[in-house]
Amino acid sequence: MNYHILEKENLDGFIKKLAKKMKVCAPVAKGHNNFAFEEVTSAAEIALNYIPTILPPKKYFMPQREKMLDFDISEGKPKDTATLEAPETAIFGVHTCDLAGIQCLNMVFSERPRDYNYLLRKEKMFIIGLECMAYCDGSASCALVGNHFPNGGYDLFFTDLGEKFIIHVNTQKGEEFVESIGLPKATAADMAALDKAREAKKAAFQNEIGVDAKKLPEIFAKAMESKVWHDVGARCVSCGNCTNVCPTCYCFDMADNVNLDMKTGTRNRTWDSCQFETFAAVAGGENFREERAHRQRHRLYRKFKYPLDKFYRSFCTGCGRCTRTCMAKINLKDTLKALAAEHK
Amino acid sequence: MTEEIKNSNWKLRKGQIIAAKQMTATEKWFDIKLEDGDLDHEPGQFVQVELYGIGEAPISVCSSPTKRGSFELTVRSAGRLTRHMHSMGKGDWLGIRGPFGKPFPVKLMTGNDLLFVAGGLGIAPLRSLINYVMDNRREFGKVDILLGCKTPTDMLFGDEIAAWQKRLDVNFSCTVDRTAPDWKGNVGLITSLIPGVHINPEKTFGVVVGPPIMYKFVIAELLKKNLPERQIILSLERHMKCGMGKCGHCQIDHPKNYYCCKDGPTFTYEEVKEAKKL
Repeated sequence: MNYHILEKENLDGFIKKLAKKMKVCAPVAKGHNNFAFEEVTSAAEIALNYIPTILPPKKYFMPQREKMLDFDISEGKPKDTATLEAPETAIFGVHTCDLAGIQCLNMVFSERPRDYNYLLRKEKMFIIGLECMAYCDGSASCALVGNHFPNGGYDLFFTDLGEKFIIHVNTQKGEEFVESIGLPKATAADMAALDKAREAKKAAFQNEIGVDAKKLPEIFAKAMESKVWHDVGARCVSCGNCTNVCPTCYCFDMADNVNLDMKTGTRNRTWDSCQFETFAAVAGGENFREERAHRQRHRLYRKFKYPLDKFYRSFCTGCGRCTRTCMAKINLKDTLKALAAEHK
Repeated sequence: MTEEIKNSNWKLRKGQIIAAKQMTATEKWFDIKLEDGDLDHEPGQFVQVELYGIGEAPISVCSSPTKRGSFELTVRSAGRLTRHMHSMGKGDWLGIRGPFGKPFPVKLMTGNDLLFVAGGLGIAPLRSLINYVMDNRREFGKVDILLGCKTPTDMLFGDEIAAWQKRLDVNFSCTVDRTAPDWKGNVGLITSLIPGVHINPEKTFGVVVGPPIMYKFVIAELLKKNLPERQIILSLERHMKCGMGKCGHCQIDHPKNYYCCKDGPTFTYEEVKEAKKL
């Protein structure tokens, strides 16, 4: 295991050296306890103590709007090309919940037929994690799904040890950067301090709903007709906020855009939401998920049931964003508890 | 910094319409030739049709792969893209992705009797299989075709249907929901034709394609005939936006998490009977 040390007072130097090599993005305070990943050039801009950002880092891997094709229809036969502009980017300060989210998306987009836009962007990313030593707020359920501790998915991983960060170096790319700026190796005392901090954290983070995560697939297998969906559906306003802010929601729409010259244009991918009324409608008039209750059910099955069968992992990362953003105060933990109570 | 994605799955094959014909008030038929060769599809698959500047829509291929050089689509004017497509004709170019989807299980059907049940526009995807069977007729047992449509003027592929009616190696029956003055055939729902068909459940595949409302009733009739669930083949309708099992639009509410575009659109009834909607 390879650990290095960065004194906190040197964080600014670290960010500035990194920014010389590539674009650096990190959580920035936006007021009213809101945070967003944005480009930074110094440590002073970064909010080290932040609750999950409004949008997860997926926006760098799968932008809200992304060009998939350029086309030219000026002559009879159309022409098209697929190009991508993906700058080398470091994402600093990614919490373990969001690292898990990126890992989920990696699985989805690596599946054949592969999504090369996503995969090429991913290659350009340098991911620096940051450990949470305490809960961000009451909406999180990271311990339920085991994402309160790091499970890989990063180049470097920072843990706060008071006056300094201990950095776990996970990749060659990470090693090269840490070596290039001359960060010292961690001592045995630093390692002991890390162990101690992790022990304290184990006590602080507990399963947030009191239901064993291993029981969830079983509960969902029985919950298709649960009345809980109708309770949730009655409150839901189908705004789609929960899916937009979700680190593992990746449903999308495609649309063409013609330039003013009427000869060229682009074919674009934008985020879509299964919560929208017409998401599962077909041109003939049939809507296969007409009711809000069924759309909410579908959203949670895509977190707690389907991906467990397909990818052997929960697509809920426990970040709590859906609960925080919901205008109708639909609370994920309450929904899970209600389902568990119904299917004891 | 801009790089070309040579293997992008979003790139389009270029197709030119070599023939087109208005079939009914709402359906138009197109024969399309790809510049890079045959579509190389199997019966039951679909393509994504791109009209540059308008967008893309999934359309079932209605011709058999035994027809080489070009492929055919029958398009109902139902949405923005299909309305625009109806204004297109011979010589016009479009973009094609695909073929996509799991085809009808032609190999499993070999040597068995076939019962085709088509409702409305369902005849379009089913025609890819029917014509395949016609072109390989000796590979299959008894063939029954049951066709239902709203009125006689809604009937698609009238010339071909007339030819099927004349063939000795095919039993063809047809019914309309509402009759017309010159209609001499059956009147009533397609389910009314099923009891009259002799089925040997051990060696028959029933292939059913039609609007969602039709499935429940037709499947009930086929089960009454003791046709095993795994020998009832359906082609389900969803909005397949990407065709690659990613965009999420075509996912079926079913414990198995099916994507209609990748795991379907053809399914056995056994596979999808737990679906919330067929």
